[in-house]
Amino acid sequence: MERVPILKIGDILLVSIQVDMSDQTAIQLQEDLAERIVATGCHGVIIDITALDIVDSFVGRMLSTIASISKVLDAETVVVGMRPAVAITLVELGLSLNGIRTALNVERGMELVAASRADDWDEAADDEGTETTATA
Amino acid sequence: MALSAEQGGRLAHLLSQHADRLTNRWTEIVASSLRGRLSRAELARQVQELHRALVDAGRQGVADLADEHGGELRAVLSELSTNRARQGFSATETAISVFALKDALLELMEEEKGDETLRDFVSFSALVDQMGLFTFETFVRARESLIADQAEQLLELSTPVVKLWEGVVAVPLVGTLDSARAQVVMERLLQTLVDTGSPYAIIDITGVPAVDTQVAQHILKTVVAARLMGADCIISGIRPQIAQTIVALGIEFGDIATKASLADALRHVLRLTGVETTARRPRRES
Repeated sequence: MERVPILKIGDILLVSIQVDMSDQTAIQLQEDLAERIVATGCHGVIIDITALDIVDSFVGRMLSTIASISKVLDAETVVVGMRPAVAITLVELGLSLNGIRTALNVERGMELVAASRADDWDEAADDEGTETTATA
Repeated sequence: MALSAEQGGRLAHLLSQHADRLTNRWTEIVASSLRGRLSRAELARQVQELHRALVDAGRQGVADLADEHGGELRAVLSELSTNRARQGFSATETAISVFALKDALLELMEEEKGDETLRDFVSFSALVDQMGLFTFETFVRARESLIADQAEQLLELSTPVVKLWEGVVAVPLVGTLDSARAQVVMERLLQTLVDTGSPYAIIDITGVPAVDTQVAQHILKTVVAARLMGADCIISGIRPQIAQTIVALGIEFGDIATKASLADALRHVLRLTGVETTARRPRRES
């Protein structure tokens, strides 16, 4: 059975899907990814689907599930590199991949993850800041 | 009524015997119907060419325009009607160029009345009818291919994707948006997003004369597809009447940003990307 490799780059896990997804591969990927997120403590997951010619409802659901799992483990998921033909097909099918963030390429995806982490930190800092000013 | 080999021979004989007189009369009738929109010399050349092809076909014993002896004649006819179609003549005017032969022939045959004359004329005129119909068909085909070519050119012409800023592309839509054009626009825009890596696209509909539910549907689909790929779309150039139509039709653009002008949309995108735009203070001439 083929396994999808998961690469760690800084604070981000990069999953590049190069093979046709089957049920087994998808389940294996979900398990591997969950384990890696916990083991590495990463806060971002980038799924690269540049190589996928076809994204059907099955792959769409798999992406949603991965996003939900990562969310629970406090990691942001970004799907990158969707081809125009794939996007058009998804729209025609009425699948809008709710709850999944997207970016044009891996670089943009990493920027997006970094930006959202920065926002989180800002919010946390703001909360603390208001507390300290209140006590002062 | 099909032409027999004998009749074909007689036709060829008749045509070649009075060649000059016949072609002159033929040209005259055609010229009067075209009202001087084609030069006399050009017409005479076309008529003579037809005449020659007809004589050849008659000698070879053409029974029907569709058989193998009619090949040369068909080629001449189709060239004639294709040219006429491109020059903008009507179908009737084109067909008359062929049917005029009947009048010219009748005048000739009345002078040389024989036992078989009536029968011959009916057969000849059946052949001429076939020629006329063939001309008509070729004419329509030429016109249709002309229209198809133009539609394709229009499709090619009218959908440029332009780069406005680093990471910002725009599609100025011009003309009515039907399904085929919307598809082309959508594909081209999405491909440009991938090629340039631009995360923002502005769809400008200033040049779209009317927005109905179908057009709105096409635009919405494009926006959703771009979002799936990780790019944001802004719709700009909504004219007052179009804004009223959109509301009256109950079209919902949801959380898609809409701006009145392309400038507003660009300013909006620049603000999102963190580019500052400030007016430089005018320098006073002292």
